[in-house]
Amino acid sequence: MCANHTVAEDSLDEQTSRRRAIEIFLGGGVIATLVSFLYPVFRYFIPPAVVDLGGDQVVAAKQGDLKPNSGKIFRFGSRPGLLILNADGTYRALSATCTHLGCTVQYRSDLREIWCACHNGTYDLNGRNISGPPPRPLDVFEVHVRGEEIVVNRKREG
Amino acid sequence: MIASVVRWLDDRLHLEGLIAPLSHKTVPTHRLTYWYFFGGITLFLFVVQVLTGILLLLYYRPGANEAFESVQYIMTRVQFGWLIRSIHSWSANLMIFTAFVHMFSVAFLKAYRKPRELTWVTGMLLLFLVMGFGFSGYLLPWNTLAFFATKVGTEIAGQVPIIGRPIMIFLRGGEEVTGATLTRFFGFHVAVLPGIVTVLIAIHLFFVQRQGMSVPPQVDAEWTANPSARKEMKFFPNFALRELMAWYVAVGTLGVLAALFPWELGVKADPFISAPAGIKPEWYFLFMFQTLKLIPSKVWFIDGEVLGILGCTLAGLFWVMLPFFEKDKTGLIVTASARSSQIRTLTGGLSVFALAYVVGMTIYGFLAK
Repeated sequence: MCANHTVAEDSLDEQTSRRRAIEIFLGGGVIATLVSFLYPVFRYFIPPAVVDLGGDQVVAAKQGDLKPNSGKIFRFGSRPGLLILNADGTYRALSATCTHLGCTVQYRSDLREIWCACHNGTYDLNGRNISGPPPRPLDVFEVHVRGEEIVVNRKREG
Repeated sequence: MIASVVRWLDDRLHLEGLIAPLSHKTVPTHRLTYWYFFGGITLFLFVVQVLTGILLLLYYRPGANEAFESVQYIMTRVQFGWLIRSIHSWSANLMIFTAFVHMFSVAFLKAYRKPRELTWVTGMLLLFLVMGFGFSGYLLPWNTLAFFATKVGTEIAGQVPIIGRPIMIFLRGGEEVTGATLTRFFGFHVAVLPGIVTVLIAIHLFFVQRQGMSVPPQVDAEWTANPSARKEMKFFPNFALRELMAWYVAVGTLGVLAALFPWELGVKADPFISAPAGIKPEWYFLFMFQTLKLIPSKVWFIDGEVLGILGCTLAGLFWVMLPFFEKDKTGLIVTASARSSQIRTLTGGLSVFALAYVVGMTIYGFLAK
């Protein structure tokens, strides 16, 4: 500030700083209002996680449901699984969700392979991706025969 | 930054020309100016309804087997779902309330008179449609109260001679209130009514914009007698900012109501249980409901129900036509006594009667067993 600072300039300064304060309060209020509106809306957009009531175990089929050298899709929680009865009478269970773009795969009895119809991906019976676009193997589940029931378990992480 | 964006747009779209009429618009300033706010508040609440309604559509599923569960899901599982639904329900009720306040203020201030007859008629149509929103939306959670309210409401429509029954079947999507009714009401509520109401609001606002704000006859008389008392404020920003404050109050009210009194969901509708005791419609239908209850079952040779419905319909029609019955008795010379003579006109008395009747019957309906 210089020496010839006048009273009029002083009051002008005071006015502009008052105006500035009002602008900050009003603008801050508007922004606070918008945030308080948008925050709940943003949270509302996020769908709650689906409760997977399927657990880690499911009865995939009964003895005799499958012919040797065939497969069927079963429900494992909210996702499909693939149960295969090999020609030698052993069972195999894998995730039926193709690791490429999520189509549901099927068992090809003519090839004795798992095949995805969407982009012609194939997996062997151990779930390894052997040709086509799939980037990863399919998850393999444990299978137990308990009396008449064929029970599929998710493998424990280990 | 904002200024340069506005300039950029203005260069290309000539927005100045669009905004110019708004900047010339003025609002008369007098002791009754605050009544002008209620139309704007109603409009604001309608916008709240549209926005929260769209949000509810993200999770709501129409259908007798899913509707209740999906609303339950919104209320309990979705983050802030209870808030969105409660605001939608409270805002609906507040909107109908402010629409009624707006209507009666227009009636008392005689703002419906020439040249504003059509503004009044479009406003009345909007009020009926808003009540239709309330009626159709009430069923959507598919709870017991809503189920029976819809049963009774559509049954009343069915009592009208000749055309009643086809209307009832059209509304219900069959003989009974079922999932088919729910699907229909959902369609009315989210597609048919919003479309019609949006167009009507545009027309209503266009009329208001064309004709400017009405000055109540009392104030007009005073201003004519003493022209220096005439005062106006600019619509933008003076009135608009005041209106904005009113909207803030409305938002605050909504927030408090929704947070402290979240809207109840009730019990899932079951068509094969008895109606619970003390069942009543929403408050804005209560005055008609109570009227119907008071009429004896037979009046002379006419069914009481039919008489009540015809009576309500005729009264409603008369009310819509109100501006066309009014004769402007005030000449060019307005004296102090002209004011009292205006108040004593028939329509003035009628407005007082209508308000007293609606309020009285609503309170009676609340208290009645």
